[in-house]
Amino acid sequence: MTDQRAKPKAVSRSLQQRLIRRFARYFGSGLTLPLLILASWEVAIHARLLDSRLWASPGAVIVALIAQVKDGELFDDVAASLQRDLSGFVIGAVIGLSVGIVLARSRLIDGLLGPLLNGVKQIAIFAWVPLISIWCGHDEPAKIAFIALAVFFPVMLNTYDGVRGIDSRHFEVARVLGLNRWQRLRYVILPAAMPAIATGIRLALIYAWLATIGAEYFFASGAGVGSSMNDGREQFRMDLVLLGMTMIGGIGFLLNVVAGRVENWALQWRDG
Amino acid sequence: VTIRIADPSSQDIFCPHPLPAAIPDPRKEQADAPTPLAAQARRERVYRLFLAILGPLALLLLWHFAVRWALLPVQILPAPEAVARSLVDLATSGRLASNLAISVRRVALGFLIGAGAGLLLGSAMGLSAKADRFLRPTFLVISQIPVLGWLPFLMLLLGIGEALKIVIIAKAAFTPVTLNTLNGFRAVPSHYLEVARIYRFSPWQLLGKVMLPAAFPPIFTGLRYGLTHSWLSLVAVELLASTEGVGYLMVWSRQLFQLDTMIAMMVVIGVIGYLMDRLLSAAEALVLRRYGGSVT
Repeated sequence: MTDQRAKPKAVSRSLQQRLIRRFARYFGSGLTLPLLILASWEVAIHARLLDSRLWASPGAVIVALIAQVKDGELFDDVAASLQRDLSGFVIGAVIGLSVGIVLARSRLIDGLLGPLLNGVKQIAIFAWVPLISIWCGHDEPAKIAFIALAVFFPVMLNTYDGVRGIDSRHFEVARVLGLNRWQRLRYVILPAAMPAIATGIRLALIYAWLATIGAEYFFASGAGVGSSMNDGREQFRMDLVLLGMTMIGGIGFLLNVVAGRVENWALQWRDG
Repeated sequence: VTIRIADPSSQDIFCPHPLPAAIPDPRKEQADAPTPLAAQARRERVYRLFLAILGPLALLLLWHFAVRWALLPVQILPAPEAVARSLVDLATSGRLASNLAISVRRVALGFLIGAGAGLLLGSAMGLSAKADRFLRPTFLVISQIPVLGWLPFLMLLLGIGEALKIVIIAKAAFTPVTLNTLNGFRAVPSHYLEVARIYRFSPWQLLGKVMLPAAFPPIFTGLRYGLTHSWLSLVAVELLASTEGVGYLMVWSRQLFQLDTMIAMMVVIGVIGYLMDRLLSAAEALVLRRYGGSVT
C-alpha cells in the first residue's frame, strides 16, 4: 500500500525536478540577462526611477516600430540606406578589384603606387569626411563616395594578396595555351584568387554597412536608418533612437549572414 | 599554391593592417649577403625604393602644377606647399601639440577602460563555460551594434562632453579585446591542460603557468585591434561632437574653408595611425617570439 502511494509521488517529484532543471537551464542561460535588463528597464520607467522624458521603455520602442511600419517611414529609411549601401559597395568593390589585380600583376605600377596606397590606407576612414564634403557636397554622392572608399581598401588588399599568391606555373600554362589578356583574367586569375577575393567582398559588405551609418550621420540629409536616428536624437525621441539601434544591429546581422552565404556560394565549385 | 587568405579580424578598414608574414632575422640576411642571389635581392630593393619615391613624387609634382596652372581651383585642392606650410604652422604654433595631447589622453583613457573591461569579460567567458553561456548572447547583441550605432543613444544619455568620448572609445576597444581574449583562452590546446592535470596544478598555477602564456599572443592581437579601433572612433566622435582635439581641428578648418590645414590634419592622422601600427606590430613580433604560437 505504502509502495503504491510512494510511487506516484516519486514520479511527480522527478517530473518536478526535471521541470525545475529545464527552467533553470532555460533561465540560467543566455536569455536571462537580456530579459532581466528589459524587465527591470520597463519596471524602472513605470516606477519613475528613470526619467520618462529621457528614457523610452521597451514597450514604447515597439509602439514606435509599429507606428513607423504603418506609415511606411521605416521601409523608406531601410530602403534608402540599403540602396546607398549597395551603390557604394558596388563602386568601391569594382575599383578595389581592378586596382588589386593591376597592382598584383604589374611590378612597375605596384612599385610606383603600392607604397603610396599603403600610406593613404593609414588615414582613419572618418578623416576623409571633411574632404569628401568639400568635393562632393552633403548629398547622395558624398555618402556613396564615403561608402565606396570604405569598401575599396579591404577588397583591394585581399584581391592583391589573392592574385600575388597564384602559383606562377598557372601563368606558364596560360602562356603555353596562348591565352590572351582577357582569357588569362577569366580562366586563371579570377578563379585562382577567388577565395581571397570572396573574403575581401565579405568584409567589405560589413564595412559598407558601418560606413553607411557613418555617412548618414556626417552628411545628414535625406532618408536613412542613421538619419532617422540622428533626427530622433535632435528631437529627444529616445524611442526612435533605440529603434534605430535595433535596426542597425539587425540589418548588420542579416548582411553578415548573406555575406557568408555568398562567400560559400562563390567557393562552391572548388569542392566539386 | 599558397594563397594567403586574410583573417577577417586582421584586415579591417577600421584597423587596416595586414600582419607581418614573418619576422626577418637580421643575422640570416647578413650571412646571405655575398651570394649573387642576395646581390640581386639588394638591387631589387633599391629599385623598389626608387619606384616608391618616384611614384608619390610624380603625383606631388602633378598636384603642384595642376594647382599652379589653375587646372584645379584652390577651393577644391590647395597646393602641396600650402599644406606643408600649414603643417609647419600647426606644429610651431603649438596648436597641433595641444590638440593632439587632448586626443591622445582621450584614447588612452578610453582604451584602458574598454580593454580592461574586455580582458575581464573575455577571461570570464573563456575560462568558465557557465559564464560564457550566461553572458554570450548579451555580449553578442552589444557587439552587433557598431560603435557609431551607439552614438546617438549615448549623446542623449551623456551629452556631448568628455564622458561621451571616453565611453565611445572604450566600447570600440571593448569588443575586439573581449573576442580575442575569449578565443585565446578557448584555443589553449587540450593536451596542455592534460599535462597540467597530471602535475596536479592548482587552479592558480593552471592560470598563471599554462593558460595565460598560451593565450597571450591572441590576447595581445586583440589589444592591438582594440587600440586601432579606439583611434578610429576618436576621429569619428571628435568630428561629430567636440570643441578640441585633432578631429575638431579638421571640422574647424573645414568650416573656415582652410583646406590646407584640413589636409595637413589628414596627414597627421595618417602618420599617427602608421606609427601606432608599427609600434604594436613590433611589440607583437616580440610577444610571438617570446611566447610562440600563431597569430589569430
